[in-house]
Amino acid sequence: MRKKKKDITILVIGYGNVARLDDGLGPAFAARIQTLKLTDVTADSKSQLTVEDAVTIAQLDYVLFADASVNGPEPFELKALKVPHRGRLGFSTHNLSPAALLGLTRELFGSAPKAYLLQIRGHVFNDFGDKLSKRARANLDAAVEHLTPLLQTGFRHCLDHPPKNASPSLSESS
Amino acid sequence: MSATTRKITIEPVTRVEGHGKVTILLDEHGQVSQARLHIVEFRGFERFIQGRPYWEVPVLVQRLCGICPVSHHLAAAKAMDGIVGADTLTPTAEKIRRLMHYAQIFQSHALHFFHLASPDLLFGFDADPAVRNVRGVAKKHPELAVQGVMMRKFGQEIIKATSGKKIHGTGAIPGGVNKSLSIEERDPFLNDVDQMLAWCRSALQIAKDYTVKHLGELADFGSVDSNHVSLVRGDGAMDLYHGNLRAIGPDGQKIFDHVNYQKYFDYISEEVKPWSYMKFPFISALGPETGWYRVGPLARLNTCDFIGTPEAEAARQEFKALTRGKPNNITMAYHWARMIELLHACEKIKELLNDPDLQGTDRVTTGERRGESVGLIEAPRGTLFHHYRVDKNDQVTMANLIVSTTHNNTPMNLAVTDVAKKFISGTTITEGLLNRVEVVIRAYDPCLSCATHALGQMPLVVELMTPCGQLIDRKFST
Repeated sequence: MRKKKKDITILVIGYGNVARLDDGLGPAFAARIQTLKLTDVTADSKSQLTVEDAVTIAQLDYVLFADASVNGPEPFELKALKVPHRGRLGFSTHNLSPAALLGLTRELFGSAPKAYLLQIRGHVFNDFGDKLSKRARANLDAAVEHLTPLLQTGFRHCLDHPPKNASPSLSESS
Repeated sequence: MSATTRKITIEPVTRVEGHGKVTILLDEHGQVSQARLHIVEFRGFERFIQGRPYWEVPVLVQRLCGICPVSHHLAAAKAMDGIVGADTLTPTAEKIRRLMHYAQIFQSHALHFFHLASPDLLFGFDADPAVRNVRGVAKKHPELAVQGVMMRKFGQEIIKATSGKKIHGTGAIPGGVNKSLSIEERDPFLNDVDQMLAWCRSALQIAKDYTVKHLGELADFGSVDSNHVSLVRGDGAMDLYHGNLRAIGPDGQKIFDHVNYQKYFDYISEEVKPWSYMKFPFISALGPETGWYRVGPLARLNTCDFIGTPEAEAARQEFKALTRGKPNNITMAYHWARMIELLHACEKIKELLNDPDLQGTDRVTTGERRGESVGLIEAPRGTLFHHYRVDKNDQVTMANLIVSTTHNNTPMNLAVTDVAKKFISGTTITEGLLNRVEVVIRAYDPCLSCATHALGQMPLVVELMTPCGQLIDRKFST
């Protein structure tokens, strides 16, 4: 079922509540990537990560999860995710963390894709509305600019070539 | 705190949707004197809706819950059908909505059974908690765990195709739907539906075999003779999308029947208790003491006269044979009933996918504008009530929602108390004993996140009381 490496397929999953202002940064990022029509890259938006997403990502080589960050570094942070050996799946079937989803995927299907978590810093969350704040939009622009070449190269240089700017940090997380 | 009274708190209750807390009060002899299922979330959604234009409501209410947004979407849309005077939908609109709804039932029941309930059924209540979870299922029964997510995905993809999105779609609008299902969208589902049917049969077999094999233990496990309420079609068939209200007693006698749900408030009342955000509904004619009832799969199997799809009907007859045609009041039989509905939903999905009306273009109808309307639907967890008043400016002035978990509030508390009394006593509290309390709650598949919405109620308070009712401690949550 898995594709050969030469057919690298990348899925961008932007998740968050688009009705809660900057919490919609993840879906906004996915929408921006979708409009670029990058080869072998598709993008999807979700309110939350759910268990059936394991079926989707099990067939992929790479997944980039995009989320809003409440207090992370500006303008964004990019992490390489490790598949947890064991850990909590989370409290509910309708709201999983990216790491929990990767763990579930491996448990169900034997392997999980390489995955990265992009956390774009937001600033206004405590109200209703579908508009991003000015600072969030600027951070979104920076994330799209930085991630586009990485997506185009299938993330092959991601870990070896961290971003030039200091603030968009790259780290590993499980 | 009294030196002779102990309080045991299970928090959070695991493998239910949402957050809950159970408090068990022990008496001076170490025996359970009372147990309560508390709700620790607070939503206030009915107040949020006030002032919003009515056409926004079917989309807005989906924010109640990330688990069953489709049920809220459709119940609100049905209510708004009444507001715009659309008493009869076009065939395309009704069938698209039904397909969306059966997909919701399908994915919800599958997920609950395979990922939330099956660890208890497959490994037993006393199994190591490290094994008794979905990871344990994935390791020992990998095909079941995979089937669970594949079935969930199948249902979610149908929801996406009919409503526009898997979560918080916009397909149902006042008076109809805003999209049909193209042949290209339909065909992948037709290709997969027979596989889904096969998995439904297997799941049903597991649930049935488990219940029959453990009948002696389960019959006395949190079971309680109760009234049952659900929608049924005019001819008595199970209908999860539309029908009239029927209530039966523990022995099957009809309490009311053929009730137009627009007048539900003449038959159902709600009681408020100071220790819970959830209300306690009851059949008005019987009063709060004896009028409480159950909803959901078990109730629906008990209230209907037959199921209109052949395989599910055959399964229903086996189910009814267990209790010689009388209502089944075994709480753990919810799982068996749920799997019969899973099969029924899949049969209906296949039937609808083959219906050319899904490709129709006549999608919306209207009639004489009204100021008040009720929408009811049988959500996965039970009957869902949406009641609205709308003013001349099209703004909602009143909203009252009674969700499935709220209907089951009293029976869940009674079940918890029954199990606690039988299995928890003394000073040794094992994981297996505590899990039995959670097992009986999980049988109802409660969705606690959308069951609390009574803005104006007291904040959560935990009270510690002696067996004679004397208040000895009180803690407020913050």
